[in-house]
Amino acid sequence: MASPDNGPGNAAMAMPGARPAPKPKHAAAHHERPAPLFGRAAVPFFTPGVIVIAAVAAAGLVVLGVRLFFGLGAVTNLDNQYPWGIWIGIDVATGVALAAGGFTTAFIAHVLNHERYHVLVRPALLTAMLGYTFVALGVCVDLGRYYNIWHVLMPQMWQGNSALFEVGMCVCIYLTVLYLEFMPIVCERFRGHVNLPGLLRGLNKPVETLLRLLDNTLGATMNFFIIMGVVLSCAHQSSLGTLMVIAPSKLHPLWHTAILPLQFLLSAFAVGLSMVVFESLLASRSLKRKPEMSVLSPFARMIPFLLTIYFGAKVIDMANRGTWQYLQTFSLRSVSWSVEVIVGIFIPVAILLSHKLRRKPAWLFSAAAMVVFGVALNRFNVFIIGYTAPYATKPYIPAWTEVLLTVGFIALLVLIYRLFIFMFPILPEEEGAKHA
Amino acid sequence: MVTRREFLKYTGAAAGTAALVATGAEASTGKTHLDPERIGVLADLTLCIGCRRCEWGCANQNELPHGTLQSYDDQNMLKEMRRPDEAQFTVINRYPAPAWREQPLDVKVQCYHCEKPACVSACIVGALEKHPKGPVLYDAWKCIGCRYCMVACPFQIPAYEYDNALTPKVMKCTLCSERTLKEGKLPACVEICPREALVYGKREQLLELAHERIAQHPDRYHPEVMGEHTVGGTSWLLLGDRPATEYGIPELSDQSPAVLTETIQHGIFRGFSGPLMIFGLLSVLMKSSTDKRKPGESDDEDGEDHHG
Repeated sequence: MASPDNGPGNAAMAMPGARPAPKPKHAAAHHERPAPLFGRAAVPFFTPGVIVIAAVAAAGLVVLGVRLFFGLGAVTNLDNQYPWGIWIGIDVATGVALAAGGFTTAFIAHVLNHERYHVLVRPALLTAMLGYTFVALGVCVDLGRYYNIWHVLMPQMWQGNSALFEVGMCVCIYLTVLYLEFMPIVCERFRGHVNLPGLLRGLNKPVETLLRLLDNTLGATMNFFIIMGVVLSCAHQSSLGTLMVIAPSKLHPLWHTAILPLQFLLSAFAVGLSMVVFESLLASRSLKRKPEMSVLSPFARMIPFLLTIYFGAKVIDMANRGTWQYLQTFSLRSVSWSVEVIVGIFIPVAILLSHKLRRKPAWLFSAAAMVVFGVALNRFNVFIIGYTAPYATKPYIPAWTEVLLTVGFIALLVLIYRLFIFMFPILPEEEGAKHA
Repeated sequence: MVTRREFLKYTGAAAGTAALVATGAEASTGKTHLDPERIGVLADLTLCIGCRRCEWGCANQNELPHGTLQSYDDQNMLKEMRRPDEAQFTVINRYPAPAWREQPLDVKVQCYHCEKPACVSACIVGALEKHPKGPVLYDAWKCIGCRYCMVACPFQIPAYEYDNALTPKVMKCTLCSERTLKEGKLPACVEICPREALVYGKREQLLELAHERIAQHPDRYHPEVMGEHTVGGTSWLLLGDRPATEYGIPELSDQSPAVLTETIQHGIFRGFSGPLMIFGLLSVLMKSSTDKRKPGESDDEDGEDHHG
């Protein structure tokens, strides 16, 4: 356990080695060094809510078992008309978008070097790492021949024409980069006090050496990985939008456009920042910590501008293609598009442009949650609602088992996230918390 | 343990992707690997009597579940508007006779083997390939089962074995490539057709034949051959008495949907210039922002209150 005597560290510790560590300074000193929550959190790890979440996760894993033994047909409503369902539309497409907090925060805090936001880097990194891990898991569950996933990496099977290949390759490398970016946090947690029990005691020294080597190597190269992470993210966030461009006769014109990749990228920027705010406020509430408004309010200042650019790319394209006409009829699609724009863009922009509202946790939380909802709905629209199967005789409605697996995976992700913030130095030590 | 050598490995992989993507770009800019003598099938739908023997011949050839030839005499099936699926690679659907003609139109449905197939362009591992001789072929060994080919196919043809837990396959017509390309035989459906409604041959010659028939019987045929230009052309060519959209073919462009996506992909990733440029730009940004912000300097631009 990190001892409270560690004292205030400097905020550059957010990602050790990310840059030549500046000397501790007053500007950053109001945020304390990140530390594991075990032993200092105001709440225990297990609460009734956590137990419910664990039960949901377990139920999801049961569905996973059924899928593995009896096939996709046994647990999904997928058919020859609807080859992709919510496992792709939510677990993968929405998952990737909502994990965008990792690279957007890394960009702001490390590339632009806004020191005050370093405190947000670790939670965002953890979300991205776990988020992408679950995206990969989600893909594997949906793949008919998941055991062939390694084929994507084999040069003789590379297929540069496929947007999916680009997504797969980038996600694969980015996941590796995320694990590497997280390693210094693991090193920080264990380095200097590796204490394996019993027979493993002999390994203490080698593990210690390994951690030191790893920490030093990564420390020297971290900037490379940070930039690489941003580049890879821009590449696959946009290519995820290219995926459905190949089906012009199936994807509704409200969403089908040649600039879908650009729209996906722009919305990823906005939702990335919103997820960081959303999660931070959610975690504060769950862990009975003081919301980090001094950092979150100015951070959220950027969201309305990003949303406006995204909206611009949406309307200009719309005017260009004359697709306004589809909004004049009342249908599931026109409603879904409108909700996406009104709830996901208009209202949060209005809230976040207000200096006053931005500083109130409830308003900030609502605005961030609406952006998250809006972009998630956009992905759902592109992959599910807006998809017309030319010969379908009935619409695709996910089976309850499909829903349970998706919800179960999200629950599992939340559990692991909680475990990690209890185990590893992710969240900053609060002032006052040490007396709790 | 991560070393610089491993970074280089990734960079190498990236460069490899760049090279590969560049090759793909050439393919999409007009060069073709297709044989000018490539084969196809002309289906004169006006000659079809809906006997469904082709369905039996196909199932028999591809070892799909099927009954006796007699069991296919059931003409009621024609009205059900079936689709090819994992157990049946071809089906016949019957469309009512138009006012000006006595016979209904019986339409054979199967994979049309596009000239520039969206499924091939979509496939993440190259499990689907357009053979230079015409057929679009599937390699189950490479397949990872992502079903993006099914999303991409404008005709909604590839079917999937959802109930196979371990080794599900994408299922569709192979243009009997085993018979046609290797043994020099006719496709099973063509061979069994009693009306010669199906003609197997070189695509170029089949197009000529189709246009000859249209010219000779302009009253009998709709003047457009489905598959001559549809989605950039297909190996199967359909001659009908009405526009293709009136016998179950979706409204489709004359350009393959793969052209747009490949243009986007190669536009962004050509020679890896896009990503490399961003990488360079970010490096410069990072360097300058580090130099600019001297330790001890606050980075508040607007002085927004951060004490509360």
